[in-house]
Amino acid sequence: MKLSEKFSRGELVVTTEVGPPKGFHVEPMVEEAKEYLSNITAVNVTDNQSSVMRLGSLATCVALKNAGLNPIYQLTCRDRNRMALESDLLSAAMFGIENILCLTGDHTKLGDHPGAKPVFDLDSVSLLYTVGQLEKGVDLGGNELVGEPPKFCKGAVVSPCSDSIDAQLAKMERKVMAGAQYFQTQAVFEPDKFIAFMDKAKQFGVPVQLGVIIPKSVGMCRYLNANVAGVHVPDELIDELKADKEKTKAGITGVEITARLIKQCLPYCQGVHIMAQGWESKVPDILKLAGL
Amino acid sequence: MLITELKSRETIEALLTGKVFIINCHGCKEVHFPEKEAEALQKELTGRGIVTGIMTTDYICNPENMKLRLKKHMSEIAMADMVLVFSCGVGVQTVAEYLENKKVCAACDTYPLPGYQGVTPLEHKCDQCGECFLNITGGICPLTACSKSLVNGQCGGAKAGKCEVDPDMECGWERIYRRLKQVGRLDVLKCPVQIRNYATDKEV
Repeated sequence: MKLSEKFSRGELVVTTEVGPPKGFHVEPMVEEAKEYLSNITAVNVTDNQSSVMRLGSLATCVALKNAGLNPIYQLTCRDRNRMALESDLLSAAMFGIENILCLTGDHTKLGDHPGAKPVFDLDSVSLLYTVGQLEKGVDLGGNELVGEPPKFCKGAVVSPCSDSIDAQLAKMERKVMAGAQYFQTQAVFEPDKFIAFMDKAKQFGVPVQLGVIIPKSVGMCRYLNANVAGVHVPDELIDELKADKEKTKAGITGVEITARLIKQCLPYCQGVHIMAQGWESKVPDILKLAGL
Repeated sequence: MLITELKSRETIEALLTGKVFIINCHGCKEVHFPEKEAEALQKELTGRGIVTGIMTTDYICNPENMKLRLKKHMSEIAMADMVLVFSCGVGVQTVAEYLENKKVCAACDTYPLPGYQGVTPLEHKCDQCGECFLNITGGICPLTACSKSLVNGQCGGAKAGKCEVDPDMECGWERIYRRLKQVGRLDVLKCPVQIRNYATDKEV
C-alpha cells in the first residue's frame, strides 16, 4: 500500500526502519521484523546506511514484502549514477515496491570504504525529479519507456532541529517542487524546535512524519551530540537516562522518553518514524505508551 | 589551458536587472577569452543605455589587483544594479566575494583544455564544468565549495555550519544561502531542478 493513500485519508502513518546485514543471510532480520513490526504502516530499508556497505536495500525490500510487510525502498545518490538509479527504480517497480524515500546520502569518506568514489551524480532533489520523469514514461536521457510507467509514493527527508534551519526549509521546498509526497524527519529530541519548524513547514502542504531515535544510553546520546548532524539531545534528557541505573529498568527510560516525545509532537504532524537501531523489539511498547 | 565561452543569449538576458556594470578579464594567457563575441554583446547593451561602465583588465582573480583596479570605477558600480563578469569561474567568485552586497553574475561558462591551468592565487576554485552555476548560487561555486558538489541545495550533513566530511570546512550551501539572503536573491532557490551535464567537457 502506498503511504500517500493513508495520508490522504488523514490517517496517522507509523513507520520504522531496518538496516540490512553485512552479508546475505537476511532471515534473522526478516523474522524479527515479522515479530515486532507487522502492525506498522511501513518499514524503511536503509541503503548502505552511514556509507557502510551492506546487503542491498532493494533485495531486502523484496524479502520483507514476501514476508507480508510493507517496505519503503531508500535510495541514496552516493554510490550510483543516474542510469543505475533509474534502472533500480524500474527493478523496484517490477517487484511491486510502492514506496520510496529519496536521499542524497552520507559521503563515502564517513563509512567503511573511505577510498571509494563518491558519486552524487544526482542528489535528493534531482532524484525525486527523475522518479517523476519515469512516472511520465520518460527517462532522464529523454527516451520513452516501454509499457506502463512505474508509479511510486515518493518521500524525502528534512532536518527540523538543524542549526541551518533556513537552508533546510529552502531545500525542503525544492523537494516539494520536485515531487516529494511526504517527509520523514531527522531524529527530534527537542519538541519546541520541531513545533517551530512545523509552523513554517506546514505551508508546503505535504505530510511530515516526526523522526525519533530511541535513546538507548547516555553514551549513545553523547555520540549523537558530537557526531550526528541536526541531532541534539538536551542535558535534561541525558540526566534522565543517567538516573536510570537499575539493571531491571534498562531501556525502559529510553522507551518512555521516546513515547513522550511522540505525544508532545504528534498534534503538529501527520505521523511518526521510529529509528529503532537494533531495538525493533521495543517498538510495540513505544507505540502502546504513546497511545498509538 | 581553459576556455571561456559566452553563455547563451537567452541566459544572459534573463540575468539582467536594471543597470549593469561590466568587467572583462582578459586573464592569464592560459585562458581563451571570447573577445569579439563579448564586445558585440556589450556594444548592444551600451546602446540600450543600461551600462554604467566597463572595465577590462587581467588577473581579476588576484583580489589585491582587482580591488586596486575597481577603485576608480566604484561610482559606476554604485549606480549599477548588478555586475556582469566576463571571466573564468575564479574571477567571478573573487568579484562576488569583494562586492558582497551586489548581484554579481557570470556571463561565461568555463571549459577545461589539457595543459597548464594558469595562476590563481586564492582559495577560489573553478571546476571548469562548462555550465557555470554561479548565477544561482550568489557567486559561490557549489561544485568546489560543497564536498558532494551538490547543485540543488544543502544536504543534511552540516553540523554547526561545518561540512560532514571536513569539520574545518564551512558548509558551502550554508555560505550560499547566507550570500543569497544578503543580496536579496533567495528567490533563485526556486529555480528549476538542476542536473549536471557531464557531456559539456566536449572538445570545444
